[in-house]
Amino acid sequence: MTDTFMLIMEILVSGLIVMAGIFGLVGSYGLLKLPELMTRLHAPTKATTLGVGGVLIASMIYFLVFMDQFSFHELMITLFLFLTAPISANLIAKAHMLRELQPKDVPPTGAACGWSTYDETADPSRQPGE
Amino acid sequence: MIGYALLFAFGCFGLALLMNLYRAATGPTVPDRVLALDTMVVNVIALMILYGIWQGTAMYFEASLLFAMTGFISTVAYSRFMLRGNIIE
Repeated sequence: MTDTFMLIMEILVSGLIVMAGIFGLVGSYGLLKLPELMTRLHAPTKATTLGVGGVLIASMIYFLVFMDQFSFHELMITLFLFLTAPISANLIAKAHMLRELQPKDVPPTGAACGWSTYDETADPSRQPGE
Repeated sequence: MIGYALLFAFGCFGLALLMNLYRAATGPTVPDRVLALDTMVVNVIALMILYGIWQGTAMYFEASLLFAMTGFISTVAYSRFMLRGNIIE
């Protein structure tokens, strides 16, 4: 019984680690392959985050079952990465809109006001760094 | 069996780091390079956790938690600098 349980846990941990490796590889290959930045943002923010989540869950099961110690650190890292990945992707997309795109290139917002990145009420004479 | 899975994952994340390095070196625009660096941080966190399983020690979790925070703050600082020309206004 215990041997069977250990074998099942070993297969589970190994499967999670292999799946996480494949997800991480796919995410970085998407970063290399996709044509421009707005599409390139998708691969790391989704596939790579899922890969790291798989590694962390595998680590948690491994230390719980084989080392008899339970730690919340993996859950904290997973939560932190899942919270911060969309924020950094949003900031990078805004920087890309400001630096590479014109207001005519982006679709309308469907609201009364336009994109806040191209705020026309900002003083154009104000230099960056002031 | 876990050892072979760990070796496979080490290979996958190492190859992913090489791809990110290529994108960071040749990325056409600056946001591309920042995105590549952000992805490199996430891949290095995965490598650290895998090395912790490989060594059987829980010491690397604190390091990876600190690394995740530093990576996020640096990405926010880079993006802020590209958006506003300043980090703390």
